Amino acid sequence: MNVIALSPLDLTVAAALVVALAALTARIGMGLSRSLLIAGTRTVIQLLLIGLVLRTLFDHAQLYWVALLSLVMLAVAGHEVMARQGRRFTGWWGYGIGTSSMFVSAFAVTVLALTTMIGPAPWWEPQYAIPLLGMLLGNTMTGIALGLDRLTQTAWQQRRVIEARLMMGHSWGMSISAIRRDAARSGLMPIINAMAAAGIVSLPGMMTGQILAGTPPMEAVKYQILVMFLITAGTGFGTLGAVWLGSKRLFDERQRLRLDRLKAGKK
Amino acid sequence: MSRDASEAVLDVRGLRTAHVGPVDFRLLPGEICKLSGPSGAGKTLLLRALADLDPNQGTVLLDGEDRDRITPTEWRRQVAYLPAEPLWWEERVGLHLDARAGDDMLRLLGFEAGVRDWEVERLSSGERQRLALVRLLENRPRVLLLDEPTANLDPANTRKVERLVRDYVSENGAAALWVSHDPLQRQRVGGRSLVIDATGLHEEAA
Repeated sequence: MNVIALSPLDLTVAAALVVALAALTARIGMGLSRSLLIAGTRTVIQLLLIGLVLRTLFDHAQLYWVALLSLVMLAVAGHEVMARQGRRFTGWWGYGIGTSSMFVSAFAVTVLALTTMIGPAPWWEPQYAIPLLGMLLGNTMTGIALGLDRLTQTAWQQRRVIEARLMMGHSWGMSISAIRRDAARSGLMPIINAMAAAGIVSLPGMMTGQILAGTPPMEAVKYQILVMFLITAGTGFGTLGAVWLGSKRLFDERQRLRLDRLKAGKK
Repeated sequence: MSRDASEAVLDVRGLRTAHVGPVDFRLLPGEICKLSGPSGAGKTLLLRALADLDPNQGTVLLDGEDRDRITPTEWRRQVAYLPAEPLWWEERVGLHLDARAGDDMLRLLGFEAGVRDWEVERLSSGERQRLALVRLLENRPRVLLLDEPTANLDPANTRKVERLVRDYVSENGAAALWVSHDPLQRQRVGGRSLVIDATGLHEEAA
């Protein structure tokens, strides 16, 4: 495989584009320049760090290092899910619902893919396990964050409708069913759109990266299909789980709507 | 469940929430009890606590059976709360009503059976209030918790609602707690009057 190495100057030119965009948004008063610059800086620092970590990990491939890095990634993703909530659950639940759903879905799908589909030896080979888990966690995190945010915001806005149904003797599940469906849909929409547009409107990032790195196109396509299906499954199961757990938490043992279990987030 | 006339339909002992109580009172079979008090005294909060919509402590018995032994969904069907501004969640009226029951009640309140096809969005506030009462009564509740159920109604429709509630309560041996600020309505409805204020819940002298 022939990889054309990128020089620092190449990256600087790309970074200049983001800086130019930030300058433009500042000029027209959109208030996004600060976020763009912070996110751009975070990208550079985080990716350089993970590059160093991965290089070390590949040189010293041990299961416990892979497990440790996986847990760190999960912990950060859980924090991101919580930070993206307009109204988050109070106490441990604010962190726990998203994190536990990601743990069950993303980890299960990654382990399944590694042991039955990709089959590296050993199955936790960091070159496969970490990028795959990273892609799954990243997408699952987005789906769960969107789903939970929609759930709690809509429940807050429609609290009187939910209670109107409770007053009629409907169960908590019936009373929030439409909101739950809507929340799950909003969490799954990005990945459904990505699948529908793949190859026609857009060339998915992973496939593009592989092709740029010299992988034959058909091999890259097969990997991309596999990854998209895994991401869909991980995001879907994770979002459904998180939305169900979240909606259950909005009611107590006497099926009363408990919006006092939410508090305003920083979003 | 016993339906002895001497036994209370609803027996409330030491009910308290974060903002109301403790309160004690009983509603007897066939009784409509009025509830009044200044704004902010906790009338709505008391009704919500009775319907078990807000966290509360105390003992509440329905026909002698402890609330804790009745599922919350069944409790709210039996101890039915009608808020001052009832809400709807489906597009058409009929989707909220039982397809078979309720026609007599609809007629009593001045509606034809075709009302089931009406769009909820196009209902006036008075129509919403009257239809919400039918929606509630279709569950055949034992206790009605009525929070100003005629606030948006003209005098003729107000009388129809009063008659429907009176008939329902007496025919079924049910009971009602009726929040009303209208002195004439309070006279027409009759029965005991409870007052809630900063000092608690009291029975008003006749």
